[in-house]
Amino acid sequence: MNTLINGIFKRDMALAFRQRSELAQPLMFLLMVITLFPLGIGPGPVTLQKIGPGVIWIAAILASLLAMERLFRDDFWDGSLEQYMLSGQSVAAIAAVKVLVHWLVSFLPLALFSPLLALFLNLTVDMYIALMLTLVLGTPLLSLVGAIAVGLTVGLQRGGVLLALLLIPVFIPLLIFATSAVDSAALQLPYRAQLAIIGAMLMLAMASAPFAIAYALKVSQN
Amino acid sequence: MAGLAADNLTCIKRDRVLFTDLSFCLSPGQLIYLRGPNGAGKTSLLRILTGLSAPESGQLQFNDEPLDKVRDRFNQQLIYVGHKAGINGALTAMENLRFWCAQHSTDFKAQQAYEVLARLGLVGLEDVPVRMLSAGQQRRVALSRLWLKQAAYWILDEPFTALDTDGIELLETHMREHVANLGAIITTSHQPLSKQAGPFTELVLEYRL
Repeated sequence: MNTLINGIFKRDMALAFRQRSELAQPLMFLLMVITLFPLGIGPGPVTLQKIGPGVIWIAAILASLLAMERLFRDDFWDGSLEQYMLSGQSVAAIAAVKVLVHWLVSFLPLALFSPLLALFLNLTVDMYIALMLTLVLGTPLLSLVGAIAVGLTVGLQRGGVLLALLLIPVFIPLLIFATSAVDSAALQLPYRAQLAIIGAMLMLAMASAPFAIAYALKVSQN
Repeated sequence: MAGLAADNLTCIKRDRVLFTDLSFCLSPGQLIYLRGPNGAGKTSLLRILTGLSAPESGQLQFNDEPLDKVRDRFNQQLIYVGHKAGINGALTAMENLRFWCAQHSTDFKAQQAYEVLARLGLVGLEDVPVRMLSAGQQRRVALSRLWLKQAAYWILDEPFTALDTDGIELLETHMREHVANLGAIITTSHQPLSKQAGPFTELVLEYRL
């Protein structure tokens, strides 16, 4: 445990704060997309409220694709990944910690910004709460599932497009349940069912994704 | 037989057979100098020995047990310095070493790390992002692991790349001392090992079409 905290968690945190501009890119992308929507569609409060949750979630998924790529890229090219694999630690545990750090630095800021986004898109308080809950449950799922695909494509020169092709279909169920939860909140309907499904998907991913990531990384090394 | 034994290893890359039925043993107190032209499969062989890639056929044994079963014990006894240095350019030399030691469950003493870096001629560069250092200095940072972790088995892929003559002499001396203390080393190099490195066994890979 100490090994993981001192060797991986602190290292990735230090790196994240040293490469702040790279970190800010996906977040800036997300903010830009969301600010452009009211300008392009027209600032009608009803329209915005209707499309708001979908826009935020789609932007979050696209931004996550941008952010995902750097998860193992540097480690793969500079050889750190080889050193992790020979460290005698479980690669699955290392991958889980790396995904955790990645989520903390790229998705947590999104949660902090979300009140501002909700204001842009004229969301009601109920919708905002539902949106927050879906983001808190859904974005770790993006990170975990995304990391499997990143592990598989990390050795490729131009993995970006392939990554998007692999991941977008996988993220569709999440998008459907998340936006449906916020829509229900808008109509004052209960949305626990949607949250429960997203939560179940997250649990499944937390239990199995680290092993899949470890295997994907091993395949990439071979 | 104590040590790391390779038994009938065969490696095939992109439909080209690199080597077949290669058997040898790396025992404590032995330095194996792996030689061969570009593309002969030296790096592939070293990666198979570390377990990073799998051979097409053949087995590896560590102290008479299949390596797959004692992988953790072997990793504790292993330092691998590959083509890719495993050094992150945005971190300083000290940070790189500290995190690497933590990952490899090795006690990290800052004082000792400063001394090692000083011996490798990196005084005053300990807290500079490694990206800013020259290629030879970066290689020295990567090689400083050989002084920090107590491990019997060293697998070195072209460790002398980008090193100057002083650096080469320093590393060869350290290799000789390690072998004298019953360490085991397998290394590749395009320049012949000098006397400084001590006695060694040669293993030659031929280029095959």
